[in-house]
Amino acid sequence: MTDAAAANPPQNPAKPSSSLLKQTDRMKQRNAAEARFKYYGIVAICVSLSVLFIMLWTIFSDGLSAFRQATFSFTVTLDAERLDPDGNRQRDEMMRVTTIGYTGLLNDNLIAYLGERGISTEGVTDKEIAAFISRDTPARLRHMVIADPSLLGQTIRFEGYATGRIDGYLKGRVTREIALLDVNISVAQLDLADRMVDDGLLSLKFNWGFLTNPDASDQRPEASGLGVAMIGSAYMMLLVAIMVLPLGVSASIYLEEFAPKNRWTDLIEVNISNLAAVPSIVYGILGLAIFINFAQFPQSSPLVGALVLTLMTLPTIIIATRAAIRAVPPSIRDAAMGVGASKMQVVFHHVLPLAAPGILTGTILGLASALGETAPLLLIGMVAFVANYPAGPFDGGILDPATALPVQVYSWASRADPAFIERSAGAIIVLLAFLLIMNILAIVLRRRFERRW
Amino acid sequence: MDDQLMTERLVDAQDIKITARGVQVYYGEKHALKDVDVDILTNTVTAFIGPSGCGKSTFLRCLNRMNDTVAIARVEGDIRIDGEDIYDSRVDPVQLRAKVGMVFQKPNPFPKSIYDNVAYGPKIHGLARTKADLDGIVEESLRKAALWNEVKDRLKESGTGLSGGQQQRLCIARAIATGPEVLLMDEPCSALDPIATAQVEELIDELREKFSVVIVTHSMQQAARVSQKTAFFHLGNLVEYGNTSKIFTNPDDPRTESYITGRIG
Amino acid sequence: MTVTVLILLLLALGAVGFFLGRARAMAASQGDMRRLHSLPNFYGWHGAIMAFLPALFFLTLWSIAQPLLIERQLAGFFPAEQFENETDRILLMADVRRVAQGIDSAVVAGALTPDQAIALNIADDDVRARLAEVGVALGSAVTAEVLQAAQSYRELASTGGLFRSIFTILIALGCLAYAIKITQADFRARNRVEAVALGMLMLASTIAILTTVGIILSMLSETIRFSTMYPFADFLFGLTWAPTFQGNSQLGLLPLLWGTFYISFVAMVVAVPTGIFTAIYLAEYASPRVRSVVKPLIEVIAGIPTVVFGLFALVTVGPFLREWIAEPTGLGTSGSSVMTAGIVIGILQVPFISSLTDDIMNAVPQSLRDGSYGLGATKSETVRQVILPAALPGIVGAILLAASRAIGETMIVTMGAGASAKLDLNPFEAMTTITVKIVSQLTGDLEFNSPETLVAFALGITLFVITLGLNVFALWVVRRYREQYE
Repeated sequence: MTDAAAANPPQNPAKPSSSLLKQTDRMKQRNAAEARFKYYGIVAICVSLSVLFIMLWTIFSDGLSAFRQATFSFTVTLDAERLDPDGNRQRDEMMRVTTIGYTGLLNDNLIAYLGERGISTEGVTDKEIAAFISRDTPARLRHMVIADPSLLGQTIRFEGYATGRIDGYLKGRVTREIALLDVNISVAQLDLADRMVDDGLLSLKFNWGFLTNPDASDQRPEASGLGVAMIGSAYMMLLVAIMVLPLGVSASIYLEEFAPKNRWTDLIEVNISNLAAVPSIVYGILGLAIFINFAQFPQSSPLVGALVLTLMTLPTIIIATRAAIRAVPPSIRDAAMGVGASKMQVVFHHVLPLAAPGILTGTILGLASALGETAPLLLIGMVAFVANYPAGPFDGGILDPATALPVQVYSWASRADPAFIERSAGAIIVLLAFLLIMNILAIVLRRRFERRW
Repeated sequence: MDDQLMTERLVDAQDIKITARGVQVYYGEKHALKDVDVDILTNTVTAFIGPSGCGKSTFLRCLNRMNDTVAIARVEGDIRIDGEDIYDSRVDPVQLRAKVGMVFQKPNPFPKSIYDNVAYGPKIHGLARTKADLDGIVEESLRKAALWNEVKDRLKESGTGLSGGQQQRLCIARAIATGPEVLLMDEPCSALDPIATAQVEELIDELREKFSVVIVTHSMQQAARVSQKTAFFHLGNLVEYGNTSKIFTNPDDPRTESYITGRIG
Repeated sequence: MTVTVLILLLLALGAVGFFLGRARAMAASQGDMRRLHSLPNFYGWHGAIMAFLPALFFLTLWSIAQPLLIERQLAGFFPAEQFENETDRILLMADVRRVAQGIDSAVVAGALTPDQAIALNIADDDVRARLAEVGVALGSAVTAEVLQAAQSYRELASTGGLFRSIFTILIALGCLAYAIKITQADFRARNRVEAVALGMLMLASTIAILTTVGIILSMLSETIRFSTMYPFADFLFGLTWAPTFQGNSQLGLLPLLWGTFYISFVAMVVAVPTGIFTAIYLAEYASPRVRSVVKPLIEVIAGIPTVVFGLFALVTVGPFLREWIAEPTGLGTSGSSVMTAGIVIGILQVPFISSLTDDIMNAVPQSLRDGSYGLGATKSETVRQVILPAALPGIVGAILLAASRAIGETMIVTMGAGASAKLDLNPFEAMTTITVKIVSQLTGDLEFNSPETLVAFALGITLFVITLGLNVFALWVVRRYREQYE
């Protein structure tokens, strides 16, 4: 091929034409370059899309198991002697029996149940059997009994979590090799777990607690849930929507319809486009300095979070809203002015209703990005461990400490126990589900009300 | 119908450069060009005239397969250059366009220097082996485009800084530089003032010595001034094709006459 | 009367104002609406605004002024030198407020009767224990001065609150009465209501300015405080970052700056070619069907929260790079590294660069493409030699914007880059960034008078200045580019 190229005389404009049907060597080279160039584009797209799919795949394969939990289901005899020594069924007296009392009762019952069902406990001490039960489980039983003292003395079927290690074993995260290195679990315990599974005593069940429980401490990954985080995020989204929509719409109307063209409005415009690009963590610093240190709002509260997120999303919402207002053709304004409406009436009676779908779509997308925002919330204390649900929105709940979904993802990811990684990924699935719903809503709105002028 | 017309008056040479037979063009559902037969001669200026939307530009763009860049366009029929079917699957449109150059309605110099604008074609087609070769091609093309004297001292300046007429002549120089055999011009003067138009028209007449030139124009006067052959298109049909003098003085078709006398347009 | 109740009351008065104003106008029109200057509802709105706005304005002013005045009153309870130092005074006042609020909530909870609350004194009661019973935790035992001051605070606050309520309501009623009085048939209610509405719109648009001012002021004031505790030159040019709890911290910016730029550089090396080739393919090669599928999919990447990418970096990319590249080549043993964070940030920026580049390439006029194709150029030649050079300024702007986003990115570096500040060239070493250190210095228990905490504000303003500079420049480049083709 190189020979042929050399033999070919250089193309001269003056020379009579060569055949079109034969590709010149140069043309072959050029076409090869063309194909290479196109191929780079395909590679680039494949790289980013495959990273996206690998990411989603790992998140889902890690996280879906968070929705299922290794759960014991066995009969428990609620010995009245042990749980209410005074025998008066008085709430106050029963409160004196701590979870430790319930732990002992549960352990004894589990060992008895194993014996009853003929499950061999060979090589496993009673203490090690007790270690099967999550520390959360006795607390739950205690709660149940105190709420309903009539259960005392009965034998009930009770469901409770197993510890994180057993849960991990059932989900394949903990293996026998790992157990050899782990002081918290032994191979004999895993064998016993297998026998329990065969018996039906222990199984993976769908875990509503993951969605409703508050966070739990490092030692009890199995009991932790997204309840507080979801309430916190919901409060914040509600407050952000309440604050950002009127502010954003007012500012956009002013800038788009009323503002004179002068230095001041220019400054505002430049400001807005720059604020949209300020790193989100800077808003966190702002929130910490202004809302917490200066205005003395409570730390970790959804109110402060919402204020920060409002300031953060405001520029993007103003940009989207202005685009929606600008899309309303001037002919409509002229028509309304022509029948004697004041400028204000034109805007509120004609322009705003026509721009509303666009504004709403922009707002939903802005809220979606606020829902996923993490960094500024870390600085205002929302990363704190919060084990209590905040109060209702009208009982000052917006001032109670809470966390948020993306923050929960981060704080679980930074804990030592690998069981929390599963929870972290599970929390992402919940977060992505909400984002998906919001985006679909925005797309539906846009499709439904899309106008062609 | 054009066979007998073609023998009527002799122009410089009578070699047929392009033959088109039964050309149909569809833009999506729209049948934009219906069954067009034309022969284009070498060393001749052929003018396509007709009202807007009559298909003359569409046909022009078929001749160097520029319609390929429009996703919805579909071309049927047979177009041959020197007897070779340009829609043959073996033909690379890129190679074809080097042979059939094109100048557009609006001057569209690249945002590069004047020199780089002209050198662009020769570079991509590998026409110059050395810098000196390239300089030669650039100078020759600019001279042919009657622009050399105006720009020879500022070849490094941006092509977009020239006046409209200069820009269009730069585009012509750019097209000449690749050494085409046919030059297609899509209303090359419509964006120019009368003086620039006169310069470009003069240029077209000179270019005839080296190329066959096909020009689409709105202006009948222009067609009469520069062309030897004229084709009149109307509503996607080729109505009449023949020697320019015949078309403008004694057209066969009543529609041609109506257009020329200004009754349709 | 709490502020919430007061505001609700004002809203109710506003509603009353609406109906009174409207009714008054209707009466003035004698049943013929055409005699009125404005529509009846405007008279209603006028009444409502008059009842609500001035009173609300007064309430806001009062609420800001009252704590400052009370604070000045309380100065008498403390030795002068304690009050002179600003930090001490802030802490002291916080103590006083907390004790006062604690006593209040104890009264609400019924743990103390109002009389008992007033009679509390240090000698007889363990105030801290009493308050702990009702769930108010105090950091240290309450001193006599603080308790006295707190009692005085309660008294002043409750008197102030009473006057606040009385004056607010009086102002609301007064303005409402005035509004009703001036409501006549030829009263230009619409103009006045619209003027107020315009004022509110204008106010909303200044929020953007206020935010910027807030950002700059809050960071600047703390940075100035920081510079009084730690030499600013050492901060700017220090080569070591080693905060300690005992003091004597070394707080040099350069290692953080290095980490930030190194990671952003890696991110750009990933994002720029990928993003630009993606845009080229989508804009010039892809069929409309492929484009309509691929483009939204690429943009999904931009819609995923960064914390998700952070987890991905932490559990997937980091270990992958460690096991397959860093450890076999002996370059490092850490999953968190410049590479991990850089690659993941790079992927995150791809949709940003590609969609901006796509827009910019679409703005290049079709006539230039035609001109190039007409000369027999292939697509890639046209893209490389005509479209990209023409679009270059815009693309450079897009890249700068993406770089600024990479520099300000927080979650991915917090989870994927590590926390050790060092000046190292090895990309498989863990390094850290400005944002990571802002997070680590400002989470947990904070003491706002130590340089270790305040340095975060200095870091914040550094970050703000860098990103702002990049943004202003990039936006300017992009705007100039757009004007060129408009």
